[in-house]
Amino acid sequence: MAELRLVGARKSFGPVDVLHGIDLAVQDGEFVVFVGPSGCGKSTLLRVIAGLETVTEGEVYIDGQRVTDRPASERDLAMVFQSYALYPHMSVRKNMAFALENMGLKSAEIDARVTRAATMLRLTDYLERRPKALSGGQRQRVAIGRAIVRDPKIFLFDEPLSNLDAELRVATRKELAALHAEIGGTMIYVTHDQVEAMTLADRIVVLRAGRIEQVGSPLELYNSPCNTFVAGFIGSPRMNLLPATVTGDDGTLRLNLAGRAIAVERPAAGLAPGKPVTLGIRPEHIVMAKADADLTLTVDLVEHLGGETFVYASAPGLPQITLRQDGQARLARGEVIGIRFDPPHLHFFDEAGATLARP
Amino acid sequence: MASLSLGRLSLARLSLARLAGQRRGGRGAPLHWTDIAAYAYLALGVLLMFGPVAWLVLSSFKTQSALLEFPPSFLPFAQQEVSVPGQPQPLPLFRVTLPDGSVRELAQVRRIGIMAQMVDPKDPALEFSIPIDKREPVRKVAFAVENYTEPLAQFAFLRFLGNSVFVTVVATLITLLINSMAAYALAIYEFKGKGAAMLAVIGTLMIPITIILVPVYLVVTELGLVNSLWAVILPGAATPTGVFLLRQYMLTLPRDLIEAGRMDKASEWQIYWRIVMPLTLPALSVLAIFSVMWRWNEFLWPLAVLTKTEVYTLQIGLNAFQGELQTQWHYLLAMTVVTLIPVTLVFVFLQRLITTGIGSTGMK
Repeated sequence: MAELRLVGARKSFGPVDVLHGIDLAVQDGEFVVFVGPSGCGKSTLLRVIAGLETVTEGEVYIDGQRVTDRPASERDLAMVFQSYALYPHMSVRKNMAFALENMGLKSAEIDARVTRAATMLRLTDYLERRPKALSGGQRQRVAIGRAIVRDPKIFLFDEPLSNLDAELRVATRKELAALHAEIGGTMIYVTHDQVEAMTLADRIVVLRAGRIEQVGSPLELYNSPCNTFVAGFIGSPRMNLLPATVTGDDGTLRLNLAGRAIAVERPAAGLAPGKPVTLGIRPEHIVMAKADADLTLTVDLVEHLGGETFVYASAPGLPQITLRQDGQARLARGEVIGIRFDPPHLHFFDEAGATLARP
Repeated sequence: MASLSLGRLSLARLSLARLAGQRRGGRGAPLHWTDIAAYAYLALGVLLMFGPVAWLVLSSFKTQSALLEFPPSFLPFAQQEVSVPGQPQPLPLFRVTLPDGSVRELAQVRRIGIMAQMVDPKDPALEFSIPIDKREPVRKVAFAVENYTEPLAQFAFLRFLGNSVFVTVVATLITLLINSMAAYALAIYEFKGKGAAMLAVIGTLMIPITIILVPVYLVVTELGLVNSLWAVILPGAATPTGVFLLRQYMLTLPRDLIEAGRMDKASEWQIYWRIVMPLTLPALSVLAIFSVMWRWNEFLWPLAVLTKTEVYTLQIGLNAFQGELQTQWHYLLAMTVVTLIPVTLVFVFLQRLITTGIGSTGMK
């Protein structure tokens, strides 16, 4: 168990800059998830921490010690690969024992550790099998087992669930959360799936194009995204982002939303009339309203999930708007509905996409 | 109505039978002409590939005189001999056409000019004088095993065999070890000049041994290795073919495995020896087969550096049967068969390894 600190970490592959100066501190015992679209540099960042890639500039500290120039084998970290990377010519037992042998442990100690990990991961019946004789979920557990026998300073996970089918992914996600609760190590987890990020993380790091966009607990990011990118990335279905123009800002923010006037009680932020802003509202914060609706929409599509219903509707001059309704809404395509925004849950973003400071 | 459905049923049965009859179908189904053509083609292939070997093996059991016979026979034949009472030595047996037109088997006592003096083995008192063109030797299949036993006893063949085995085994082990190390570096590491290094290795493929024979001989002489088996082993230990073969194979290994090894605190040697080498086994066995064949059949280079009989390898030893004035074909052929045996065995045992590919990487 250990803490990790990155100071101004940059990484370039030739002329291509992949990481643009990452500053990040991960506390001891914390479960941190790196999330972002593909190509955002999250895997590279993980590999930089692992020591599989060197930083072009900047420093990496583990437990306060500078490890920037140390190779992966000397950083005492364990990694679970997306492909699992199990050694195909070794049995499950040998796979788990390999690192311990390299650490020079006695065979009794190795046996004890492998048995303990195998019991924890329900692998005791498969110890003598080769990886190819295991199912995807079992291989995944062996890969995790290979990391936990080591008792490393930090666990690194590189999209470990992406090769599993949906059902197994949910089950393994829960197991990982339970595992973290049980052994309590510092864990860094890379994924492009925001649901995994929301469910597993103590803190989420949202990355875009080699830069950190926002760091915070899942609900912090959900409730107060710092820009339109984070607002759109976290939450499923996505937050509705609607372009609007300021018409007045004097204690009541008045907006022109595709020809309709919207007023929100909000301390004055000095927005000049005519300035474009983006209004953000999550699908569950839109309510259907018969009378005094903010907007009138035409239903394009209704998705009935049983417990909830997603309604996709549109109005002229605006992007498609998503609504979430509890239960089973009786709506059909082509129907005209009125909606009202829930004022406390409205987000406002400026021209550049950054959140307008909340009062 | 009923007859119609019956007719349809029998039609269905007929087409089913025809379907079953095609392609190794039911018994007695005639072979399609493409099947016959395929078998004929394969038979021709077998004849072309295996014919010379069969000819060699059968010829190796012929006596020296039978080898020079014309027209040549496929099987090794020898003239039959009989013991005749009153004659000190067994006599050769002939089938003779007598002047009266009858045919008898007679033993030849001696030959004088164009006449042969013969006796009937069943009745030694009866003597005949026969023109030699009226008699034909009685022959039977006989294997001249002495072609094998005599050189093995007379010449230092076991010694040559031992030398050849030593050269082949040691050279193959060294080749596998250093070629795989070079391939590991060229496949796994990223460094400046990697492409140039690989090109240089491949480039040496274009230089035949005959061109560098003299310079390498001088180096070997300077090192004092002439007439030592190491002079045969060392110069050819690093083969560009081997490096290329292994590198290409190692490139197909998932990089994640090597990185997993690094994360698992394995040293570079351990990654090479415990992860990469076992996974490269199919390519290694191919190279091993090649190396064994090259080394076992190597002739020119050993001929240049080995001049003493006690360090001869088999191929150089075989050369001794080929004199300036005469060639002892019967020994040469028999010993050639002996030298073929180890290579054949190696191939039989290792060829299965080639086919077991890396389909078992355990990756999804």
